[in-house]
Amino acid sequence: MIAYSHCIAHGIEMRNGLDQQHRAVASGYWPLLRYDPMARSAGANPFLLDSPRPRIPLADYTDRELRYRTLANTDPPEAERLHGLAAEAVAQRWDVYEEMATRGARRFPADARKER
Amino acid sequence: MELSTTYMGIALRNPLVASASPLSKTVDGVRRLAAGGVGAVVLYSLFEEQVRREAALNARLTAAGSESFPESLSYFPDAADEEPGPRRYLSLLERAADAVDVPVIASLNGATPGGWAGYARSMQDAGAAAIELNVYEVPGDPTTSGRDVEQRHVDALSRVKDAVTVPVAVKLGPHYSSPGEMALRLDAAGADGLVLFNRFLQPDIDTEAIATTSAFELSGPAEGRLPRTWIALLHGRVQASLAATTGVEEAADVARFLLAGADVVMTTSALLRHGTAHAGVLLDGLSAWMARKGFTTVDELCGLLCVAAGTDAAAHERAGYVGGLRDANAGAHGPR
Repeated sequence: MIAYSHCIAHGIEMRNGLDQQHRAVASGYWPLLRYDPMARSAGANPFLLDSPRPRIPLADYTDRELRYRTLANTDPPEAERLHGLAAEAVAQRWDVYEEMATRGARRFPADARKER
Repeated sequence: MELSTTYMGIALRNPLVASASPLSKTVDGVRRLAAGGVGAVVLYSLFEEQVRREAALNARLTAAGSESFPESLSYFPDAADEEPGPRRYLSLLERAADAVDVPVIASLNGATPGGWAGYARSMQDAGAAAIELNVYEVPGDPTTSGRDVEQRHVDALSRVKDAVTVPVAVKLGPHYSSPGEMALRLDAAGADGLVLFNRFLQPDIDTEAIATTSAFELSGPAEGRLPRTWIALLHGRVQASLAATTGVEEAADVARFLLAGADVVMTTSALLRHGTAHAGVLLDGLSAWMARKGFTTVDELCGLLCVAAGTDAAAHERAGYVGGLRDANAGAHGPR
């Protein structure tokens, strides 16, 4: 299990950590997904995409963190360039995950574990 | 059709200006506005309080947790603690001015005497063709006198005029005791442009949540009548250029403001509703109307319906009020 954890090094008001986690998911920065190989054995898609499509701009998440704002303040053009690439990457990753979530089970590798 | 005009001495390809809004928060946004056909772009407003608030927040966040663990005495590079100032805004202004071939006007809403002048100077250095002072103020303290409010605005203009050489416009609200006199005072204090009017954003009440809400709404054409009234009164009575803002939706609204005496017409709501290309629709509509009415330049129609100099303006307005009531009583709103 890989979990996102808010941190003092992100540069946020720590009491608002859960709100920021919500934004991380809502912006597509941190999609929530599961992979259950046993579902494949039952003929179901093992890749489950649990979070909905990104519904807020990535900037609504990043602008609240000092680690991102620092670059925006020291080198605004570079920050904008990288933000553009990051937003593209979020969209591309989401497209891949959506495609995986709608595939048939057979397009995933079978569970190779020996049956007990 | 020849639509070129001048605003505060700056040559514009046409009298349509994109007013301060989120549409101009990025260089691409400014490019789209220019590509849509506007004659100039006013950048979104820089609020001094927001700059100071961010500086205080950043200082608090960099200090939080520092010096508390020997293996990690701090969590951010030194740059995080530097005062950001209006650096992002100035960077946007500089790049936007380079990216388009229409004038880019910076918009400033200061809060302190030093803030107004200092930020204005930085905006000029960053390439602003002009500076628009957004003097939006709601004097929430009821003991504040009207004259004190007015003097603050005149003082802000004077400080900025002392600090810069580019043209300076003042975007004012309508809620002065005598908007006309306030306009004359600002004109006398050196304002190169007067933008009429800033919209007073009023909160609303959600009865279900029992809470106040921001209740922001885009402007509609009916709201154009108030600034039009004052523009018609001020045309020919001030040296400053007159910019109309609020209530622009279609080409006829642009024509109305020009006939009243505006030198330029600013819009945001129409562009937010219909897209930046709507500027082209407004300009094409204006050109078609001008051709139909026999006008060949903007100068020919500007101020045709203003309140002529020498007219008793107070009597003119009073007569208009009485006449308007009479027409309403005789029409749909009269007694049955």
